[in-house]
Amino acid sequence: MVKIRFWAIILLLAGLAVGWFDYASQIDSGSDLSRPFKLGLDLSGGSRLIYEADVSSLDPGTVTDAMASLREVIERRVNVFGVSEPIVQTERSALSGTEQHRLVVELPGVTDIKEASAMIAATPQLEFMVVDKTGSLDVTTTGEEVDLVATGLTGRFLRRANVDFNQTALSPVIAIEFDKEGAELFRQITKDNIGRPVAILFDGAVISAPTVREEIRDGRAEISGQFTLAEAKNLTRDLNLGALPVPIKLASTQVVGATLGQEAAERGMAAGVIGLIIVAVFMVFWYRLPGLVSVVSLAIYVALMLAIFKLLPVTLTAAGIAGFILSVGIAIDANILIFERLREELVGGKGLWDSIKEGFTRAWTSIRDSNLSSIISAVILFWFGTSLIKGFALTLAIGIGVSMFTAITVTRTFLLAVGFRRQTKVTNFLFKQAWFKF
Amino acid sequence: MTIVKHRKIFFIGSLFLVVASLMAIFGYGLNLGSDFVGGVAIEIEYAGERPTLANLREAVSEFGLPGLVLQPSGENGLLLKIKTLTETEKEQVMTKLALAGEAPFTEDRFSEVGPTLGKELSRKGLIAITLVVILIILYIAFVFRQVTAHHMSSWKYGLVAIVALAHDVIISTGAMALLAHFTGAETDALFLTALLTILGLSINDTIVVFDRIRENLNRHSSNDFAEVVGRSLKETYIRSINTTLAIVITLVCLLIFGPESTRHFAIILLVGMTIGTYSSIFVAANLLVEWEARQRARLSVR
Repeated sequence: MVKIRFWAIILLLAGLAVGWFDYASQIDSGSDLSRPFKLGLDLSGGSRLIYEADVSSLDPGTVTDAMASLREVIERRVNVFGVSEPIVQTERSALSGTEQHRLVVELPGVTDIKEASAMIAATPQLEFMVVDKTGSLDVTTTGEEVDLVATGLTGRFLRRANVDFNQTALSPVIAIEFDKEGAELFRQITKDNIGRPVAILFDGAVISAPTVREEIRDGRAEISGQFTLAEAKNLTRDLNLGALPVPIKLASTQVVGATLGQEAAERGMAAGVIGLIIVAVFMVFWYRLPGLVSVVSLAIYVALMLAIFKLLPVTLTAAGIAGFILSVGIAIDANILIFERLREELVGGKGLWDSIKEGFTRAWTSIRDSNLSSIISAVILFWFGTSLIKGFALTLAIGIGVSMFTAITVTRTFLLAVGFRRQTKVTNFLFKQAWFKF
Repeated sequence: MTIVKHRKIFFIGSLFLVVASLMAIFGYGLNLGSDFVGGVAIEIEYAGERPTLANLREAVSEFGLPGLVLQPSGENGLLLKIKTLTETEKEQVMTKLALAGEAPFTEDRFSEVGPTLGKELSRKGLIAITLVVILIILYIAFVFRQVTAHHMSSWKYGLVAIVALAHDVIISTGAMALLAHFTGAETDALFLTALLTILGLSINDTIVVFDRIRENLNRHSSNDFAEVVGRSLKETYIRSINTTLAIVITLVCLLIFGPESTRHFAIILLVGMTIGTYSSIFVAANLLVEWEARQRARLSVR
């Protein structure tokens, strides 16, 4: 008895600690503890773009690599927007025989996608531009607006690019070699611009603007930006790939306005809290002391779930929250099953302590069997579902697992801890009597 | 037990509901949203009062966009649906919908789903549901494998659970068809989630009842299967009702206080949960009794 009560207090304190963590990690932005919920786009607002990748021209063995490098290229482009926590991921769907490869881009907070989608799908371009004859600014040092004029020389004329090392500075440079046509163009450009800078642009951004000293005939050039070795390697790879490694086509766009998402999240939260309070009142009214125990147990359950959502982390979407609400229902059900059994055993004439233990054992098979069936459903849904269904299945599965744990440990320990060895009128009122006779 | 004795009434009632639902589904249709069939959907919210639909329709009529649908949504919102819409067309339509700046609005949601992606959602949803159903039958057959009393082998329990499940899913879908018909609601991906939730809890509920039947079959060696089922129902229905009540409370709160976007979701879940509880008590258990009774009649004739 003393031991059980000791454990009950430990559990209660642990529950409080978890609850405190949920609270502190939400409001305390900036500190080490800060771990706000990760909200899906439908709740936080933002856009989600799904591209279909055309891998038909690729050798099947290289598809995975190509998709990975596609992801990297797109990720780099997306990072240019300065969006916080963009998500770029590849997806494979192998239904109905043909394999489909997709690229999913999520941009939280971005609701004007015109610019975004244009930039994502653009082919990465290496361009050589010259400064307008009237201008005379050094693009690299001042960074001021200069009128750059396209020369027609682009990455299309590239034969190959590779990383080299600058002899004097020992910093990595990118050595490029043009094909025949490109070499001729390059010769013309250098000839016309001796003593003036030629800007080298990558994806529209100037990365280097060396000044031409002489006419270059052999079609070779060197780009010496301030690269790290890794950057130089990546650039080289992208240049060699020319365009995106895999052509992509926009298949789906979804944009949720920030206000709509925020309102949904806030109202959903309010509805959840009000709902839980009413359910708590109902449980205490109907089951009295055990009802109170279940309220504490449920509170610990909710605190644990929220902590798991934060720590894993689980991205919360409307569907995910639906799964969570369902799991709360299942958690309540476990408690109700136990209490009904407990009451039955008491009415059957057993002592309180025995009834609690017996009620548990008997309710357990029902809880186990019914919850396992729900877990089976959740696993299949997770496996086969689209991202929406996955969100639902994940919170549901976690919820059921945790609810079984809290039902066996928390509810049981608390019930035993408040259970009295002797039966009196008071304990009868607290545990046994029902309000209505059916 | 009265429930078992008068099972015919419940069978007829359920049959009526299922037939009515099927008629609603095929008669009214489900008004499938772009999530399933692909297409463009735009939701806007007017800052002030929404102009009349007639005015708005007239404003955009000059573009002659085929299949353009304008629907009111919420208090001052408008839902626009169309198969395809180019970027320029979208801009033109948006300007027109603001009635030359007289009725400013904010764009709340824009979604464009390619036809293949939409098809994939329906197909994956169907595959997932089918797999769940098959595995649940197997699971129940396994869990109840030691139950053989009264020649009721365990796979029969599994099959009956699935019939109850189909009953719940059909009636919930019927409710969706009614919603779609009378309020113009769209069947979207959230509806699929609602169905999955109903599926989960319906099975959950049925298994709890079956579990009790199993226990009572082991404890009391009664000759009367119907009596054992009746006793089991009597012992579990308070639990079933209380659990459902707890969930219904949460859902009603979601309906009243929750966001606009989950309103239909909450309604469908309310219907599904209530029907799910009803079916595990009045349909699943009674079907077991009926099956056993017919089996006995056949055996005694031989």
